[in-house]
Amino acid sequence: MTSPPPPPSSLLRRLPTTRCCCFASASSGWSASASVRLGSLGGKQRRGHRGVAVMAAAAAGGGGFEARVARIASTIRVIPDFPKPGIMFQDITTMLLKPDAFRDTIELFVERYKDKGITVIAGVEARGFIFGPPIALALGAKFVPLRKPKKLPGEVISEEYSLEYGTDKIEMHVGAVEPNGRAVVVDDLIATGGTLSAAVKLIERAGAEVVECACVIELPELKGRDKLGNKPVFVLVKAD
Amino acid sequence: MGEEDISNDSKSSCGCEDGTVEAPAAAAPKENGRAADPRLQAISDAIRVVPHFPKPGIMFNDITALLLRPAAFKDAVDMFVERYRGMRIAAVAGIEARGFIFGPAIALAIGAKFIPLRKPKKLPGEVISETYILEYGTDCLEMHVGATEPGERVVVVDDLVATGGTLCAAIKLLGE
Repeated sequence: MTSPPPPPSSLLRRLPTTRCCCFASASSGWSASASVRLGSLGGKQRRGHRGVAVMAAAAAGGGGFEARVARIASTIRVIPDFPKPGIMFQDITTMLLKPDAFRDTIELFVERYKDKGITVIAGVEARGFIFGPPIALALGAKFVPLRKPKKLPGEVISEEYSLEYGTDKIEMHVGAVEPNGRAVVVDDLIATGGTLSAAVKLIERAGAEVVECACVIELPELKGRDKLGNKPVFVLVKAD
Repeated sequence: MGEEDISNDSKSSCGCEDGTVEAPAAAAPKENGRAADPRLQAISDAIRVVPHFPKPGIMFNDITALLLRPAAFKDAVDMFVERYRGMRIAAVAGIEARGFIFGPAIALAIGAKFIPLRKPKKLPGEVISETYILEYGTDCLEMHVGATEPGERVVVVDDLVATGGTLCAAIKLLGE
């Protein structure tokens, strides 16, 4: 197997490989308090009523983890009643408007997965496409898009998962993942865990190992981890 | 295969990963200054053409094959970054969904913000929208209000330019 190419020179400057962080599993981390800011883009921001617990996994020599996660959390806004009444939507697009916070997010994932032999980053459509490719580029891994039905040309395998009402499907190209590959599944958020669970099954059907699922945000009350069984999930921000 | 530059005054230019594989690297447009770049051939070779998708008669240029070759994917991103670094680009706008694959990495590398341009009802909060024409009917692209500020310099990124309808709508959105 050929060794992966170095990350793009452009990304190396922004994703330093000199910082050495060794994180324990997310579940063994400790929490610090922070708060998500609410408000319209470009407008005056209000303090959110809903706090977030910041997942600061125990870091060996990884100074600044807490500070970076707090900065990330502060850039995520909560939109009430979207896409329907009663839902508090965690909007990561405000973070993307803050280059430092977006860079911090990618760095934290890269620091976690470098030197772990990751060969595949699989991103769940559509917001997993925002975080997955920069991580893949920095690690020298391939990026595999997991898409909604009828979007991928050619031969695909699909996995159905349950929604609140009915079912949906995600698809992956046949041959995109090789047996014995080591994959990380990336999405912006874990809620019920249905999509991530389907993603894990797709990749494992291809004979690869899913090392971990990685998300920026977790909604713990929806118990998405339960659906993933013993599959580790690494998150940066927990929304209360 | 090269970058295509579509200008709408000095505000926005569109850097697109053009999936046309029929044209060899040597035939890349002269004005982009990349005709002799050896990286283009590997990028072009990594893009596969799938006939009759999504319907009969269409030759679909599939960039997912490029993403499976880290060196070629890296080269593609690097070429855009080299082009836009030093041009005071404040924002990279990516068109859902494949523009999300290229746009964020470019934005991160040049220190710009990333703005997702999405299909209707996907973005929460206040949005502005732009309708564009499809072969049969219309579609719509949306952007958050306040995502860009007046006077900012923006690059619009997508995987492919075909009729230009989506890119044109994106430029109009950003210009509003």
